[in-house]
Amino acid sequence: MNPPAPLPRRGAPWAVALVAALALWLIWMLAPLLPGWASDWPKAAIVPAARWIGATVKWLTNEAALGPVAFSDLTRAIAALIDAPYRIVLSALSTGFLDGRGSTARMILPPFAWVAVVGVFALLGHRFGGWRLALLQILCLGFVAVFGQWESAMVTLASILVAVPLGVAGGVLIGIAAWRRAWIDRAIAPVLDLMQTMPVFAYLVPILILFGFGPTAAVVATLIYAMPPMTRITTLALRRVAPEIQDLGRMVGCTERQMVWRVLVPAAREALMVGVNQVIMLSLNMVIIASMIGAGGLGFDVLAALRRLDFGAGLEAGFAIVALAIALDRLSQAAAHGPAAPGAGRSYTLAALALVIGAGVAGLMLPGVQSYPEALRLSTGAFWSDAMAWINVNYFDTLEAIKNAALVHLLVPVKRFMLGLPWLGVAVGLGLLGWRLGGARLGVLAGVLTALIAATGQWEKAMTTVYLCGVSTLVAMALGVPLGIAVAGREALWRPVRAVIDTLQTLPSFVYLMPAVMLFRVGDFTAMLAVVAYAVAPAIRYTVLGLQGVDPRLIEAGRAMGCTPAQILTRIRLRLAFPEILLGLNQTIMFALSMLVITALVGTRDLGQEVYIALTKADPGRGLVAGLAVAFIAIVADRLIQAGARGARARLGLGAGGGA
Amino acid sequence: MTQATPKLLCRDVWKVFGPRAAERLAALGPDPDAAALQAAGLVPAVRGATLAVGAGEIFVIMGLSGSGKSTLVRCMSRLVEPSAGEILFNGQNLLAASDAEMIEIRRHKMGMVFQHFALLPHLSVLENVAFPLAVQGVARGVREARAREMVALVGLSGREGAFPRELSGGQQQRVGIARSLAVEPELWFLDEPFSALDPLIRREMQDEFIRLQSVLKKTIVFITHDFDEAIRLADRIAIMKDGAIVQMGTPEEIVLRPATDYVREFTRAVPKAKVVRVGSIMIAGPAAADLPAVAAGAAVADVAPRFLDGATALRVVDAAGATVGLLRQVDVVRLMLGGEPG
Ligand SMILES: Nc1ncnc2c1ncn2[C@@H]1O[C@H](COP(=O)(O)OP(=O)(O)OP(=O)(O)O)[C@@H](O)[C@H]1O
Ligand SMILES: [Mg+2]
Repeated sequence: MNPPAPLPRRGAPWAVALVAALALWLIWMLAPLLPGWASDWPKAAIVPAARWIGATVKWLTNEAALGPVAFSDLTRAIAALIDAPYRIVLSALSTGFLDGRGSTARMILPPFAWVAVVGVFALLGHRFGGWRLALLQILCLGFVAVFGQWESAMVTLASILVAVPLGVAGGVLIGIAAWRRAWIDRAIAPVLDLMQTMPVFAYLVPILILFGFGPTAAVVATLIYAMPPMTRITTLALRRVAPEIQDLGRMVGCTERQMVWRVLVPAAREALMVGVNQVIMLSLNMVIIASMIGAGGLGFDVLAALRRLDFGAGLEAGFAIVALAIALDRLSQAAAHGPAAPGAGRSYTLAALALVIGAGVAGLMLPGVQSYPEALRLSTGAFWSDAMAWINVNYFDTLEAIKNAALVHLLVPVKRFMLGLPWLGVAVGLGLLGWRLGGARLGVLAGVLTALIAATGQWEKAMTTVYLCGVSTLVAMALGVPLGIAVAGREALWRPVRAVIDTLQTLPSFVYLMPAVMLFRVGDFTAMLAVVAYAVAPAIRYTVLGLQGVDPRLIEAGRAMGCTPAQILTRIRLRLAFPEILLGLNQTIMFALSMLVITALVGTRDLGQEVYIALTKADPGRGLVAGLAVAFIAIVADRLIQAGARGARARLGLGAGGGA
Repeated sequence: MTQATPKLLCRDVWKVFGPRAAERLAALGPDPDAAALQAAGLVPAVRGATLAVGAGEIFVIMGLSGSGKSTLVRCMSRLVEPSAGEILFNGQNLLAASDAEMIEIRRHKMGMVFQHFALLPHLSVLENVAFPLAVQGVARGVREARAREMVALVGLSGREGAFPRELSGGQQQRVGIARSLAVEPELWFLDEPFSALDPLIRREMQDEFIRLQSVLKKTIVFITHDFDEAIRLADRIAIMKDGAIVQMGTPEEIVLRPATDYVREFTRAVPKAKVVRVGSIMIAGPAAADLPAVAAGAAVADVAPRFLDGATALRVVDAAGATVGLLRQVDVVRLMLGGEPG
């Protein structure tokens, strides 16, 4: 190990944490002594950012123009560009090709038969992953058909099929531009940061206003949501192409264009395909959420069921989402690692074509081939509703007692404490912490962002968000870290746990709300449960990764010195894994924040609710300002923890790498 | 050896890394020393390299890791921009060539083989070999026919449809060689082509390389950090240390008269009799006509067994058969025992 590098102005993590906690308590105690403006930002001085943004968006939609081209023409053009392929895909998958409109419409061509769609997915599965993957595809899509979710699923799939190619193409193009020109890279980096930390609802509002309610707006939202990671991955992947390959391109005399498209992009294919997988999964997540602005499909079914508290229907749609997510995820992952049989693409294409046409013709005679027969559908909706009713009748008191205990002993006290914190104290405190951990710049960033939240009049709501996020993160870490410790180093345990959290992470966040609401109805406790369920995965994963990364020779040395297993765990393994666990904490917080906003649907009173209200009232200013506040919270937490992790790594002499 | 106009000529080529390197280097005046460079914040990779490579010659650049070999060869093809100096290819100043001219030159006149093969993973063997032609826009039929020829030349016929990941290291490098030859380059760069292979395969690939060159007669710049490989393949060797060329000459000259201790260190383990030619240690002049004759160009090790018949001297003849000198047993023994020739 390297000798610990001297780190001026940076303290040990525990000392910093202790001092921070003390300071926080002190701030709270002193709050009543502070002048009023230091605890509550004076009403008169609130920056009317929401109004400004609202006015700007209104101006954009009504008046803005570049020469003869009005801004609204531009949005209309984009809408048309997306609408055309969307109509085609939707016709092919769901509605069929129609002549005429409304009730007089006549079907020229029916949509693809359900058998054909399942078959094409199975073919794709076979091409990229052999028989096992083909079978999985059949099971997943068959599940969707059997449980009567086919129509909705195809609407969702249509949005994804349009959004993914556009998102990938856009991400790759911007990524290439950023790779080529350093100034573009510098210019888009903060934008990407913001877009990835901004809660999804926040930009649904302006999109709703610019593009209207409907699937087009939903696809735009999905694109915006899914493009940043593709951009990032593209730039990184191109940078990682071996320098020799670049030299080769230049030595054979490639032009700049040939270099990108014939050398670098193909050489980076595997990494880029990981990006494609991400785009697909993020698109699915977003298409579900975007049902609020008219995406329709499975997301709409879940949302509608949630609103009428029809848990059976909601769960069924939720399961269909899970099935679709698993099918798409496994397929794109397999595709990323290359086809099982390279170069056999043509025969698969022919087989798929034959299947679609054959099934279409057969469907004319046998309706069961065209659409899954009504009579064979299973519905578990009633079963789930009954089960819920039964649980609620028999265990109502128990559930209620659990909920109340959590509220009284954990949630309410923390909430009261957090809401009592004066904004000035917190801003100064975070500023100082940032300065200790990462220098003056970080300190200023943390302080200013915190003050900005107060200055836009959102202090109380923000602190509610922080409280819910904080408690959920705490619980997630309290569950995840011990679990991680228990399974790390035991491959037989870790493998199934990893399979479960891998699958959990592919599920759209919407799905997590269902069971929590069913058992505990709306409120903070329900929100916390959903958030914990969503955010516990990174806590486990990073703990395991951190512990597995510890140099076995050091453990050996510890054993040789006569450490007990407990000492080895606390003195060596956990200490060395600490930076990685910190990064896990960071990820947990990011996951918690993104889920928290969605729990606004179950009646929290935080920034998420603010965004959600703005969405229902179509108030872009209010939505964006609240969204930015969430982004600020995320950025402050992220930068502070990253700086802490860097400091810890340096102190342990682990070098600069690490983390996701 | 070097003809009137060498194929490739490097004159006082410098490459230093660092901010505004060329300017700062110029400000330091001619031949700045290491301390001055460091004070200016510059990292020297190549320092004042001057060399000429004749047509049809195998020119080997040898040196330890980090001595600047790759950088020098990348300067020659202008993959990196030299900070100072001149590079003439067929008499044309490469540093004055425009980007478009450089693309043309690289497309048609230069080929390069890389240490880690640099094969494109998504293309088959045939497509990889045809790739330089595809970049030029050569029609598919033509380029694939040419690629097939090249694949056959390196002995990989039958593997045209394989993908790089399905090949062994040696096979991958054969593909790399075939690809670099597909455009029939005049100048062939090989940057440590065999270093990533294990010793047995390396030996085999060197033989293959010698066989290819006997057919193709290319002008070659070959890089290696392996002195034995250099001796085996080179017409001439340049030895680099810390970015500068410390000695340049035929393998024999370098083995017989190492210029510095650094070079001597490399030559120590080399069996000299295998490198040194009879002509270099003979006593020039007449010799008795009844002595057995040996060729002046033969390696000493190859003629040494002739002394087993009891002869104490051999008659040396040139290629035309005329007597040019006398090879004494004592000189051969002295050479084989490691001493410097008298
Ligand atoms: N892009 C660069 N920026 C800064 N320094 C560089 C760069 N490329 C090479 N160098 C430095 O130039 C020196 C020579 O490097 P070069 O790669 O030419 O060595 P080499 O003889 O080919 O070594 P090897 O046998 O390891 O390939 C090294 O000290 C290296 O660190
Ligand atoms: Mg090198």
